[in-house]
Amino acid sequence: MAGLETEGRSHDMGLHNEQLSGRKMQTFFSPDDSENVVYPWAYDVDFNKRTEIDMADLTPTEVNIKIRELMAEGYGSIVIKNPGSRHSIGVGILNKLNITYEGSLGYFGCGLIDGPNVRINGRVGWSCAENMMAGTVVVEKNAGSTFGAAIRGGDLVCKGSVGSRTGIDQKGGSIIVGGDTGALTGFMMQRGRMVFCGNAGKNLGDSMYDGTIFVGGEIQSLGVDAVHGELNDVDRAWLTRKLKLYDMLPEKGVDHFTKIVAGRQLWNYDNLEPHEKKIVL
Amino acid sequence: MCGIAGVIHRGKTSDIGSEMTSMLTALKHRGPDSTGFAVYGKPADNNNEFVMRFKVAEQEDLNKGSNILSTIAERRAAVNGRMAEHNAKILTEVDATEYAYRYAFSFDGDDAALEKMTRYIEELEGAEILSLGRGLELVKDLGDANVVSDQYGLKGFQGTHALGHTRMATESDVDIRSAHPYWAYPYNDISVVHNGQITNYWIMRRQMEFKGHRFLSNCDSELLAVYTADKLNDGYTLEDSLRQSIEEIDGVFTYVVATKDCLGMAKDTMAAKPMVLFESDDLVVLASEEGAIRAMIPHEIDTYDPYDEEVRVWQA
Repeated sequence: MAGLETEGRSHDMGLHNEQLSGRKMQTFFSPDDSENVVYPWAYDVDFNKRTEIDMADLTPTEVNIKIRELMAEGYGSIVIKNPGSRHSIGVGILNKLNITYEGSLGYFGCGLIDGPNVRINGRVGWSCAENMMAGTVVVEKNAGSTFGAAIRGGDLVCKGSVGSRTGIDQKGGSIIVGGDTGALTGFMMQRGRMVFCGNAGKNLGDSMYDGTIFVGGEIQSLGVDAVHGELNDVDRAWLTRKLKLYDMLPEKGVDHFTKIVAGRQLWNYDNLEPHEKKIVL
Repeated sequence: MCGIAGVIHRGKTSDIGSEMTSMLTALKHRGPDSTGFAVYGKPADNNNEFVMRFKVAEQEDLNKGSNILSTIAERRAAVNGRMAEHNAKILTEVDATEYAYRYAFSFDGDDAALEKMTRYIEELEGAEILSLGRGLELVKDLGDANVVSDQYGLKGFQGTHALGHTRMATESDVDIRSAHPYWAYPYNDISVVHNGQITNYWIMRRQMEFKGHRFLSNCDSELLAVYTADKLNDGYTLEDSLRQSIEEIDGVFTYVVATKDCLGMAKDTMAAKPMVLFESDDLVVLASEEGAIRAMIPHEIDTYDPYDEEVRVWQA
């Protein structure tokens, strides 16, 4: 019964509104249960145990190793100082952890993470949080291109504007942006949601299989097979909740947001064989 | 991959030689094959005074036998002779390296006569004019930013703006001729650095050659310098030229172009090549990676990625 309620709630939230048939591979995750989903080898950390790393004289590899060592010692809150816009920092963290970067990250920051809550008090370069699976990443300033490429879960937030190809190949989770986004945002998006409080560039949602994109400003143009959807009460409730959560709710609310979904003319799941569905999804 | 960078000070000069060296050092991992600088100093008061950077051999030629130094000396003497034939008066000569030089000279002819003289010089075996202008000085060589900067004494160079490039050779050789930045006739004070690949290079090159423009390399990036020089010569503004290039040039590219008093940038329709930009009232810095900007401005700043088809121009 509890399972049905969870499934019903996720449908109400708009997480599973696909008009697909024959899909047997779906797994329904409940946000309530996410606390219990941990890797067996995950470190047992204490969020009240806090420490700092000064990156000024360390390489990204040294810092990534140091983060693991600190988690093994039980530290649950880590502050990284002087990241200096260097690349590949804080990648592959498959653990619950509060981690704060006092400064900007370069390319591929926070990629392949599953679980940590990340705050970046600066900017990020290309491909921030690529392939993120769970957790939250909040960027206080702008972000580069391919922000949140292929993410599968969690909340990826940018308070400023992001570059081109945001959320390309997104497979789940939420990407929330306070400002504008560039061309080809949501290209080949498969699942999840994106929210842009500002404007979107050319070819928004090009070749998207599924998922939902909300845009608060102007859309320069839609991509192939991206179409307008009707903003419903569930959408409004979700947008309001998410934007309020990250202190990004516009004063005028969310009624002005445009909803973009897949037209489903380009990719017809129902014509695919089961093994083909597995490949494309 | 390549790394590109640009800096422009508005309303003042600065040690742009050291600034660009720092930025290109931070971009070394994007291109270890060669490094190039285009620095813009204060133009001479007299309109007939020019600065010419040129070389008469490649770096690797120094390993080609004991006679190479005398060969280089002969080539340099031949350059001096050809300048004298065209009534160019050499004011100062600086030996930047054993095979590359900086000449300041006066020349009373028009632009066409100047071009004719320099083409005559480049007919000499091994001779290549790296730059010729009133403000532009272009230096490029094999090695990383510090090596090239120290070799040519760029640290301490006072000027308003500069471009830089670290090259990872892909479609052409590892030599000085294929290194960036590029410049072109007939708009002498132009320089270009580029990250990307131009897919209609040969078509565009043939069009430019048909109009009489010269190409010294087979590197697609040189096309952007020739193209921009051609547009400016036809009366285009720098901004219009950059916008037009996005329409006419195919491929993926982000490039930065400088003239004697401006810096501009353009990104292709796919925004496939990176660029990060910092802008304040008196300073603009842009580079392939934010790390390069941080190398020049260590304190926390706001930066952003220009979007697809974005064109920007700044005045010194």
